[in-house]
Order: sequence, then structure tokens, then C-alpha cells
Amino acid sequence: MFRLERAPAPLWQRALVPVLAVLVTFILVSLVILGTGVDPLAVFREVLFEPLTSRSDRLEVLVQATPLLLTGVAVAVAFRGGYYNIGAEGQLYTGALAAALVGPRLGGVPAALSVAVMLAAGFFGGALWALTPALLKIRLKVDEVVTTLLLNSVMLFLISALLNGPWRDPVSGWPRSPAIAASAQFPGIIPRSRVHLGLLVALLAVALLGWVLRRTRFGLELRAVGLGADAARFMGVRVRRVVLISALVSGGVAGLAGVGEVAGVHTYLIGELSPGYGYTGIIVATFGGLSAPGILISGLFLALIDTGTLSASRTLGVPVYLGDVLEATLLLVTLAFLLLNRYRLRWAVKRPVG
Amino acid sequence: MTQAAPLIRLEGVTKRFGPLLANDAVSLSFYEGEVLALLGENGAGKSTLSKILFGMVKIDEGQMFVSGQPVRFRSPADAIAHGVGFVSQHFSLVPTFTVAENVVLGREGSAVLTRGKLERRVGNLSERFGLGLEPGQLVGELSVGEQQRVEILKALCGRCRLLILDEPTAVLTPQDTARFFGVLRTLQEQGVSVVIITHKLGEVMAISQRVAVLRLGRLVGERVTHETSEAELAHLMVGRDTAQVTRPARSAPATAPTKVTPLLRVADLHYSDRGRTRIGGVSFDLHAGEVVGIAGVAGNGQSELVAVLTGMLKPDAGVVALSGEQVADFTPNTFLARGVGRIPEDRFRGIVGELSVAENLLLEQLSSFTRAGHLDRRALKRKAETMITAYGIKARPNDRARTLSGGNVQKIILARALARDPKVVIAAQPTRGLDVGATAYVQGKLLEQAARGAGVLLVSDDLDEILRLSDRILVMFRGGLSGSFSAGEADADTLGLRMAGRAEPEEAHVPA
Repeated sequence: MFRLERAPAPLWQRALVPVLAVLVTFILVSLVILGTGVDPLAVFREVLFEPLTSRSDRLEVLVQATPLLLTGVAVAVAFRGGYYNIGAEGQLYTGALAAALVGPRLGGVPAALSVAVMLAAGFFGGALWALTPALLKIRLKVDEVVTTLLLNSVMLFLISALLNGPWRDPVSGWPRSPAIAASAQFPGIIPRSRVHLGLLVALLAVALLGWVLRRTRFGLELRAVGLGADAARFMGVRVRRVVLISALVSGGVAGLAGVGEVAGVHTYLIGELSPGYGYTGIIVATFGGLSAPGILISGLFLALIDTGTLSASRTLGVPVYLGDVLEATLLLVTLAFLLLNRYRLRWAVKRPVG
Repeated sequence: MTQAAPLIRLEGVTKRFGPLLANDAVSLSFYEGEVLALLGENGAGKSTLSKILFGMVKIDEGQMFVSGQPVRFRSPADAIAHGVGFVSQHFSLVPTFTVAENVVLGREGSAVLTRGKLERRVGNLSERFGLGLEPGQLVGELSVGEQQRVEILKALCGRCRLLILDEPTAVLTPQDTARFFGVLRTLQEQGVSVVIITHKLGEVMAISQRVAVLRLGRLVGERVTHETSEAELAHLMVGRDTAQVTRPARSAPATAPTKVTPLLRVADLHYSDRGRTRIGGVSFDLHAGEVVGIAGVAGNGQSELVAVLTGMLKPDAGVVALSGEQVADFTPNTFLARGVGRIPEDRFRGIVGELSVAENLLLEQLSSFTRAGHLDRRALKRKAETMITAYGIKARPNDRARTLSGGNVQKIILARALARDPKVVIAAQPTRGLDVGATAYVQGKLLEQAARGAGVLLVSDDLDEILRLSDRILVMFRGGLSGSFSAGEADADTLGLRMAGRAEPEEAHVPA
């Protein structure tokens, strides 16, 4: 029979985890789908393969992946340092808010400069929203999971108040911010598609994450803090500084995701800007093993699920929330499998006594 | 040797933890009225074997017999029912209860306890085994040695016929140890079978009748104590001959220490935690070329002193000066920048297990490998390789540190601490839990540092180590220094009295 041993899993077993996690997730979700009276295999075909068959759907996956890659990187930066930032959603909206504030004022400014200003404003906004929980954490040891999570609602309500109050369109009555200047809009990078400059920003962020983690002093110190804060402190790492920087960078990168949605997709801020990209970022980061290549793959994969669920709901009539169920289940299954990684699976032979 | 039937017999007992063979076909008998020493290095399988006897670990293969009957213990309750008692290094006593209450806690069947009757029973038992305990006294008021005897009394109250003592002398002063041996002899006369687990050869020779030596899970020798020698036992234990490291005979330092600025000066240091004084006015100097040992029973402020001197703890008051320059900012970086090499008390808190050996070796000096934030991985690896060779670390640079043995982890920490020729070395429990070979290696390295001109502060619970390495010995007791000796004038007895907080031998409580 098989026996579990408390020993680090060998590499092949680790590599198997994402594959198994996806498999188990689909088996579990099949039960839910069966409840709706639809054939699960048809749904999975629609979700996973259908978007890949047409050019426009393939490119739509890239549009979806843009904010997910950014929030994935944001979450990974914090998680690597042992700082559990659950506030990427709020930080994304803060970045979007900053972009909506700056954007309309950039008329007449050269496009390159405008875009740079938009990105800087969004990064700064996200970092600002991440600052308070980070300071509470390093000064008073207040649990960041609670503070970052609760601040998400604060920012959402704040934006809702702005949109329904001072920003409400006087003519149409739509709750949305004034449109940003044309020069501040992200240019499309692939003709006849919605894929915009934000994708390049996101890919750059993923690449930078990989470089920082593997090749820089800060990356090594960040990992050391995340894996053993006490020991890192003993070895002279300035733990609080590292945590503060990673928290702020995390918030800033999440803010960039918000900028992308405002400047690349909508050209103004709306309350439904993000269908939970900040939360999905946690899944992207975790499923991607907090590594740059992993995040690239998992970000694209989850974007595929998002895109595919939409088409599945159109053609098969399953609820659009199926995507959320799939992603949430994937997170839980991945976490369970990661726990399993601490063990080693062995074929145990019962030996005769004596 | 005893020819009677054994009280307990193990036959071919094997226990595996994953790939690790903790006990490999061990066959061993325990007789009434005999003290058996279970000897072996850390990881030899002593603890596992004792846990098997006490029902805490289940046997994979083999059989156990009590009075000739095969038994299988499923829990400590089974073991107690069969007359096995266990006294661990870590006491489980309620300090606000009396001795009698602690002894009967969880054992007494009747719902109503009569205090007088209870105390009489416990008192009788204490007297019978010569434990010298007052049943009505609060446990919180007792010394460590007395608390240990309460634990023994607890076990005896469970009608135990086989008493296992795990490293019983680790927490005792030499005087307490002598007293403790007296208790063991009484137990033996009363027909109790005693097993003491230890790695101290002197104790084995002093108290046991029979020795069983374990190495890498196997029983490698069984000897009648008076027919063997420390040398033979050491050889069996380690599997090869060993030499002890001792400080070179030296005359007093050439320069008068009062004239030169000490490398490390600690003056009137204070620290308290939640209202309890941990360090209460400690002052001493450490000079170049000197090993100063700090002895003491664990828990008398040594840990806090080390934490302050490694930058992990900010003292409440007092001065720490390095080469005459006062430390203002108590962070690890301050001490690193001022040339202090540090060996932490708990070596596994000195490394990040999930990082590589190379990263752990060089995390303290990343600045030398960084240009504009970019880390020169190749230079890092090259440097790590030279350190690995220089210190004989059995690992490759990219191995994860947590996969290494305790001895190799300590070598990483040693290599890191000594890499940049520190002026001061703070070494806390540098050889705790290491095998004989690694211990000799670490001690040799520390003496090398002193010979090179560094000042070495050695904080250790191992009195023997302190005596062999130190030029000067300070004794810590309840947060203060209770004695200061130069190498020649100290011996285990005088130090032991100071460790117990007694200033003069005359005042000493003479064991009954």
C-alpha cells in the first residue's frame, strides 16, 4: 500500500502538483455542473479549448490576462516576504482612481509622457493604499490579512460614493468618472483587438519579478524573510524594511492593474471595473508557485477559464459564476496539494517479522 | 551479573522513521535492582528506545516482554500499568501545587482527597526512597534538583518497577548530581530497575552497573561497568578513537589587561521581561586572545545576555562597548559591522532552512557580492565553495540547508561567524547536541580564534567544556554574576556552588 512520509517531496512529485490540482478541480466541479443538468465534458471543452480556436477569443484571453498577471505579481511579491496581502483588489481600485484623477488633465501632453504619468500615478496610489496595513504590521504586529482585506471594501465604497456623487454624469446620469484624455489612453498593441499596452507592462512586471527573486540582493533578502524572519534578522537582514518595501511594491503593482483597466479598456472609472482581479491574483500567485514562470502560466490559464466561461454561458447556458467556482476550487485544491508536498509518497512493503 | 529473569526484555526491536532506522534489531534486558546506562551520541536511538519502553512509540518489528509475558504498549498508560515510569528532561509540574498534590495529580482514584492522609502517604514514600521532600511544600519554591525528585516520586507512586530517566543531570549542578546519585542507589536497593539515558561517560562510570551502547540505532556493545573504561565506551559510542580539545597552557596575557581597552566591555547591563529580571547588573571585560566562559544552570539569564550581545535584544540599561566604542543601536547589523562573529544558541534559528547552503553562508555579507542591487551569483557560489572546503562542510553550495545534519549546520554558522576574522566571537552553546567529532572541531576552531587574537565569549551549559576552554570563568545565577575565576583556580565543585547561588562552600547544603 501507499504510505505518506514526512519528508520533502521529490522534484517529479512537485511538478505533478499543478497537473493533479487541475484534474481534481475539474472532477469536483463536474459534480456542480451535473447539478445544472449539463454535460461537464461539454462545458470543459467549451471553457478550455473553444477560446483557443478563434483568433478574437485567443486575443481576448490576453486582455483578461493583463490585470491577472499584474495582480498575480503583486500578490507574489508580498507572499514571498511572508506578508499576506489580501488587499490587491482595493489597491487595484486605488490605482484606477489615481488614473481617473490624473487622466482627464493630460490633454495636450505627449502620449509617451502621459502614459508614464498614468502608470506612476497608479503605482503610487496602490502603494499608498497598502501603506497603512504595512505600517500597522511592522510597528504594532497587526495582522495584515485582516487590515488589507477590510480596506478593500473601504476603497470600493469610497469609489462608489464618488461615482454616484460628484462624478455622476450630469447628462446621462451614469455613475462613471470623466473620460481620460486621448493621450493618456493605452495604445492597442495588436491590430483589430482589445489587447493594449498594459499587456507589455504586465509581462515586464513578471520578468522583473523573476529577475528580482533570483538575481538581486533584495530578492534573496525577501525570500529569507519569508522563509525564516528570525534567522534573517539574525543574519543582519533589516526585516521590517524588507516587509515594508515588499508591501508597497505589491500595492503599487496591483495599482498598475487598475491603470490598465482604466487606460486600456474603459477610458474611465466605473464601479464594476474589476470582477475580482485582486482576489483572482491570489489564485494566480499561489497556483503559479509564487514564481515568475509559474505566474505567467497560471495567469494565462485563469484568463482562459474566465474567457471560456463567458462563452460557455452563452452557448450552454451554464451560469457565468461557474468561472468563480472553478477558480476558487482550484485555489483550495492547490493549497491542499502544496501541503501534500511536505510529504513523500512511498510504496510500503509489509515485511515479515523476524 | 544478575542471573534472575529480566524484568523487561526487548527482542529484535526495530523502529523506522521514514528512511531513518532509529532502532535496528535491538535486544536488551532490564533487571531488578540494577542501574543500566543507555549510552550513545545524539541520534543514536536512545530516546526512541526509551519511548518504546514507555509506550510513546510503537514497535515496527520485534517483541517486548514484561516478566516473561509478551506485551504491546499502545500508550504510556499501558506502560504505567505494567510498572514503567519515565522522567523526562522537561518537568511537568504545577508550581502552585504542593509536592503531595503534584505527586497524586491524575493518579488518585477517589474523588475526595484528604490532605493529611495524602501528605502522610507521599511523605512515607519520599522517606522510603530517601528523596528528602516535604510533602506540604509548594513545588514553585523548590530548586531544580528537588523538582526532579518530585518527578521521580510521581513515577514511584505509580508503583513503577522500571524507571527511565532521560538526561537527568543536564539541569543539575555538580552538587545536585551527587545527591541525585544517592537517590538512584536507594532506588536500586529497593529493587527498582533504573535506566539512565546519557552521553556523559563520567556519570556512566559513577552510577551504573551495566552499560548498553547504541550507535546509529544499533546496540554496538553491552558491558559490565567495572570491567570497562571511559576510553572503551567512547570508542564504542563514536566508532573511532577521539581526542579532547583543551586550551593550551598559557601564562597570563603579556599586557596588563587593565591598561588596554577591552575588545568587549559590558557594564551594569539590565534587562527584564514582563516584570521578571533576566539580566540584573552584569559587568565584565573581554580582552584580545582570551576565552571567557560563562557557566550557569540553564535559564539564569545566559540566553538573554547572548541575545543582547548578538543584537537581537535591546537592554533596558547598561553599556556594551566594542573596542571602547559604545553600542547605541542594538541590531544584528551593528554587531556585524563592528566585527562580532556570532554563534546563536539555537543553531536552527541561525539559518533559513529553505535557502541554500551558499545563501546561508553569505547572507551576512551580501554587500560584497552586490553591484547596483544585482547579486553576483557566481562569485557567491565560488566563495561558498571555498568556505565549504575550509570548514569541511558535507554539502554542496546549492543544497537546501535544512537537509544537513546538526553538525554540518553548526559548521555553516561557524564558517559564517568566523569568515571575516572577527575581533570578538560570541559563541552560545556551540557544541550542544553535536557528536564527539564535531564538538572537537568546533572547540578547536574557537581556540584558534583566541590564538589569532580575537576575544571569545563562550556561553555554555556544559561545565566540562567551560573548564577545558576558558581562560577566565564567570558564573551566572538569576541574572547576575555570582563568581569569577581564572582557569587554574576553578573546578567543577566550586563552580557548582556558584551556579546554585551559594557564595561560600561553608554555607553549602551538605547532602544527607
